[in-house]
Amino acid sequence: MPGYLNIHESDTRNLTSWGNYPVVESSVFMCNDEQEARSYILNEGTTIPRGNGRSYGDSALGKNVINLLQLNKFISFDDQSGILHCESGVLLEDIVRIFLPQGWFLRVTPGTKLITVGGAIASDIHGKNHHQAGCFSSNVLDFRLLLSDGTCITCAPDQNSEIFRATCGGMGLTGIILDSRIKLQQVTSRNILQQTIKSENLQSTFDLFDKHELEPYSVAWIDSLASEKNLGRCLFMKGDFACDGNLNYSPSKSLNIPFYFPVFCLNTMSVKAFNYLYYNKIRDNFIESTVSVDAFFYPLDAVNNWNRIYGRQGFTQYQFVLPKEKSFDGLREILIRIHRSGQGSFLAVLKLFGKENENYLSFPCEGYTLALDFKVSPGIFRLLEELDKIVLSCNGRIYLSKDVRMNTAMFRKGYEKLDGFLKIRKELRADAKFISLQSIRLQL
Amino acid sequence: MEFILILGAKSDIARALAIVYARHGYNLFLAARNAKELERFASDLQIRYQVEVRMKEFDVTEFSSHQLFFTSLNPMPSGTLFCIGYLGTLPASAKEITEIVHTVEVNFTGCATILSVVANEYEKKRTGFIVGISSVAGDRGRTSNYIYGSSKAAVSAFLSGLRNRLHPSKVHVLTVKPGYVRTKMTKDLSIPEKLTSSPEKLAEHIFRSQQKGREVIYSFRIWRLIMLIITHIPEKLFKRLSL
Ligand SMILES: Cc1cc2nc3c(=O)[nH]c(=O)nc-3n(C[C@H](O)[C@H](O)[C@H](O)COP(=O)(O)OP(=O)(O)OC[C@H]3O[C@@H](n4cnc5c(N)ncnc54)[C@H](O)[C@@H]3O)c2cc1C
Ligand SMILES: NC(=O)c1ccc[n+]([C@@H]2O[C@H](COP(=O)([O-])OP(=O)(O)OC[C@H]3O[C@@H](n4cnc5c(N)ncnc54)[C@H](OP(=O)(O)O)[C@@H]3O)[C@@H](O)[C@H]2O)c1
Repeated sequence: MPGYLNIHESDTRNLTSWGNYPVVESSVFMCNDEQEARSYILNEGTTIPRGNGRSYGDSALGKNVINLLQLNKFISFDDQSGILHCESGVLLEDIVRIFLPQGWFLRVTPGTKLITVGGAIASDIHGKNHHQAGCFSSNVLDFRLLLSDGTCITCAPDQNSEIFRATCGGMGLTGIILDSRIKLQQVTSRNILQQTIKSENLQSTFDLFDKHELEPYSVAWIDSLASEKNLGRCLFMKGDFACDGNLNYSPSKSLNIPFYFPVFCLNTMSVKAFNYLYYNKIRDNFIESTVSVDAFFYPLDAVNNWNRIYGRQGFTQYQFVLPKEKSFDGLREILIRIHRSGQGSFLAVLKLFGKENENYLSFPCEGYTLALDFKVSPGIFRLLEELDKIVLSCNGRIYLSKDVRMNTAMFRKGYEKLDGFLKIRKELRADAKFISLQSIRLQL
Repeated sequence: MEFILILGAKSDIARALAIVYARHGYNLFLAARNAKELERFASDLQIRYQVEVRMKEFDVTEFSSHQLFFTSLNPMPSGTLFCIGYLGTLPASAKEITEIVHTVEVNFTGCATILSVVANEYEKKRTGFIVGISSVAGDRGRTSNYIYGSSKAAVSAFLSGLRNRLHPSKVHVLTVKPGYVRTKMTKDLSIPEKLTSSPEKLAEHIFRSQQKGREVIYSFRIWRLIMLIITHIPEKLFKRLSL
């Protein structure tokens, strides 16, 4: 396991992100408004911005952390253009709850609505429609960024554009996003017409993605424990907003997992059973259903703290992308490797990305991305290093927002625009101010 | 289209109340000094809860402006929440004349003048409710804050009289006596964690009590007991205590 320095400070608390790993002592500043953020930046040492802590690894962890959840005011909404102006701590959950009944929805949304607008920009998140809609940043008109010297600038694709491109996907390492104007899309329903199609192997999985390229939303759940002729079999899900005009949305309730699951719940047997059940739930090759926005986009939000099922040791998500031409062979090799290790992943989500954008550190590039969850255990990091080698040999890269353990070499090779990012970070003197455990680990 | 008026809307307790009332669909007049500073708070409430929120300039020590201030509100608010308070700098507050005068004017005189204006209008219309935030400090004077405390005692007595007077007109008056609340007012004081509540919890309690038509509430109940004990300590003994 990579070692984490033990950070001790006077008014400190234990902090961790979604993976529950690592847990570090850090001093957390709860910021209530812009003025407080500015005087904190001017008077305190290094820090890292934090939204809702839904990144899996160490991106939002540090010795000092500025928590922006209280910077959560809506500023304006134009119901003609769908332009929403809000502070960076606003949760996507609130945007959906408030605006879906008015016929507006996020243009790009991740698999959870429990993240902040700031976090969505800083990770330049992607959704099930990346192949058509790109990343979150493609709907960001502008934002205001608080810099290391306490000044504040507006960044947009055509204003301070280099800083804009470094901040979208920049993991909080250029400054603090204070507020932003984002564009919502008009929708006709709270419902999604969903089709689920069963595939028998990796080739037919790939064929499905190609065939349904024009469908706005698509994703596949891979059975990561299947092997041989079943390798890469999946449930492929695609969908689009229904046309029923029903906007009567209220968020679905979620359950709690009140304690840390004992570790034995997750031995290979139970993972196998889960995957088996999930896969065999579907008898026909094709199912059509109408599901709510919550069920379609945010199935995991149905259970609060589901991250606890991995036990106290925590877990990590390994998400990589491989360029399209290398995707098939690379994925095959990786799935075989995982199967051999017997360390099956609870979730294995596959998605075909569209074109790469211009941002310095945004993750998506054209090709297939796979996300796998692994419980933290002594053997797991060795396995992931082996997977790294395969990803590298295919010129792929790993998603910073999920990462907690990759090494510098892996990172440098994956992100070829890194030098440009580092230059901007230096010019902004952000390298002496905004420091996360991840930025230290990756020498960012 | 029901509006309510929040006086001292920048107070932390008032903000929490604004959120609760907006969540229940009430439109708001937010009255405060430099009310413009509430702009972002107001826009957030409007968008989140789809209610109308208007900001109004109000200084509770400008007594002669109170009549015009209230009657120019259109529509007339169906309820008024008084959340203004001034703790004073301790213990100087008891020694400096200007500080004493100011404490009494903000906490009591201003409260009595604006709420009298409100009461007159509500009495005429035979409808409306008034919520006044007093304090447990008004139940018995003690060294550490007796200027503040005595002004709050006056507030409690005033509200009790107002309730008595307005009862026939069906205008309801709620007196709130909070114990310790974690707000701007108490941020530099060391107060016992276990006896301290949050503005959010207090606001929920006030909203429920107002809707149910309760008369006097302590927040939270433990404070009723604490104050019962404190008010029953014989003066001979009480004067020796350092409280
Ligand atoms: C169940 C689940 C599903 C997910 N699905 C997806 C998915 O489909 N697609 C996807 O792309 N991601 C996905 N994610 C990852 C998640 O969307 C990102 O990690 C996101 O950044 C988390 O936002 P947050 O507000 O929780 O930020 P945090 O986790 O608190 O922070 C994440 C990063 O953003 C920075 N940051 C936060 N706020 C600011 C700010 N105001 N200014 C500057 N920097 C800031 C932090 O420094 C940190 O580097 C998923 C996560 C979970 C738990
Ligand atoms: N916190 C507690 O423990 C506690 C306990 C018992 C009772 N209370 C009472 O609860 C009420 C709310 O207080 P709080 O705790 O929320 O504290 P707070 O945040 O400090 O609020 C006090 C408010 O009074 C306003 N004010 C002071 N002088 C004014 C004037 N001349 N004109 C207009 N407004 C004026 C202040 O306005 P500015 O923002 O412009 O300064 C401030 O918003 C007060 O009545 C207080 O006495 C509080």
